[in-house]
Amino acid sequence: MGSEAIIVFLLAGIVLVAGANFLSNLISHKSDNPQKREPYESGMTTIGPTWVQFKVGYYLFAILFLIFDVEVAFLIPWAVVFKDVGAVAFIEILVFLVILGLGLLYAWKKGALKWE
Amino acid sequence: MKIALNITKTIQDLLLGFMPEGTASILAMVIIALIYLAIFSVAGLMLVLVERKVAAWFQLRIGPNRVGPWGLLQTMADALKLVSKELTGTVKADMFLYNLAPYFVIVSSLMALAVFPFTQEFQAFDINIGIFFLIAISSIGVIGILLGGYASNNKFALIGAMRSGVQTISYELSVGLSLLTMILITGSLQLSEIVEVQKNGWLIVQGHIPAVIAFMIYMIAGTAETNRAPFDMVEAESELGAGFHTEYSGMKFAYFFLAEFINMFIIAAVAATVFFGGWLSPFGITDSIPWLGVFWFLGKTFALVFLMMWFRWTFPRLRVDQLLTLEWKYLLPLNLLNIVLMALIVWLGLTIQL
Repeated sequence: MGSEAIIVFLLAGIVLVAGANFLSNLISHKSDNPQKREPYESGMTTIGPTWVQFKVGYYLFAILFLIFDVEVAFLIPWAVVFKDVGAVAFIEILVFLVILGLGLLYAWKKGALKWE
Repeated sequence: MKIALNITKTIQDLLLGFMPEGTASILAMVIIALIYLAIFSVAGLMLVLVERKVAAWFQLRIGPNRVGPWGLLQTMADALKLVSKELTGTVKADMFLYNLAPYFVIVSSLMALAVFPFTQEFQAFDINIGIFFLIAISSIGVIGILLGGYASNNKFALIGAMRSGVQTISYELSVGLSLLTMILITGSLQLSEIVEVQKNGWLIVQGHIPAVIAFMIYMIAGTAETNRAPFDMVEAESELGAGFHTEYSGMKFAYFFLAEFINMFIIAAVAATVFFGGWLSPFGITDSIPWLGVFWFLGKTFALVFLMMWFRWTFPRLRVDQLLTLEWKYLLPLNLLNIVLMALIVWLGLTIQL
């Protein structure tokens, strides 16, 4: 199969979820009361809103991830042609990785990798 | 004995015998989609059973043994039960995103399954950027988890989803970089070609020292990326209820559960394909019987799945700061050095060719 496989598998996944949901709705026994529809919190009533400002540390790691993920995207074409190019590719990537390594070192020293 | 294994072509030729070309190609696609859906659900149900059996053996129990012979139908019964349960949830949830989340996790893991060469020619989608496609697709699953946790409007779910997000994106780097290390040897991203290269010896042998390091990093990062123990703070039962799928019930819960096990299978299958020669038999002992490739591929994959289950019962759960320290301060710098080492070895031609 060619690249139409992406569409076929996308549709297959959607059909699987939608179909099973439909089947489940069809045959399941239904009952309802107000308590059942409360958010689950081990039997306690939820206090305050859930959608609040979240700890900023998570976002810091997301930004760091972005930098290194782009790095992976840059390295993949390099890795594919490395065998054919040889010495030039090796020295170039050494420079690239040293710059990135310094970036990681900077983030490390600034305490961006610390979790508190 | 010769069995035609090029499924796409075989099915299409068969259908062309009695219907016009357009109808035949569409019907062939539907049949392939159904085959893969069957593989998807059978693999998922079987892995749940294997997980429970392995857990039982590690704890000197028997495990499920009531439904069917040796409890083989246990997960089938569980699935039937989950279908017949009501799809309930909280009224406070953001209903659109809440219902959308399972689609992301299921579609991403199903699409990743499409590119694997189960054996020579048994591959739905032989994409020329296979590894890149796998890395890209596997990062879509985390969107489903984040959406599910956020839309549930439940504190446990939100904390679980945020932990999952930071953990998955962190360890994705290590997965990507360790696979990249192996691409240096193959010079191709296409999975069928990567297997072809390994006819001169599996990549873990060809690449010796850096390949073994890359494999170890890959298994650690893969276990973390699928949110399995010892990296399962996402759904740490003692802290967070059920984590990001606390508010999901019945079949909607089953999607997350199924996708988690299929992701484990995918991580193991990538490792089997890239490091251990995919469907190639050791020393070419069964090269004359091509369909035995399925057996070797699944054998290697399940051996690695067993390894991941072994981790679960060996190591205690990490804290979130220990987890991030492990990735950013140990695995990532080690991985960068490993790439340089591998590049040096490939450049100087020090790989082992059998």
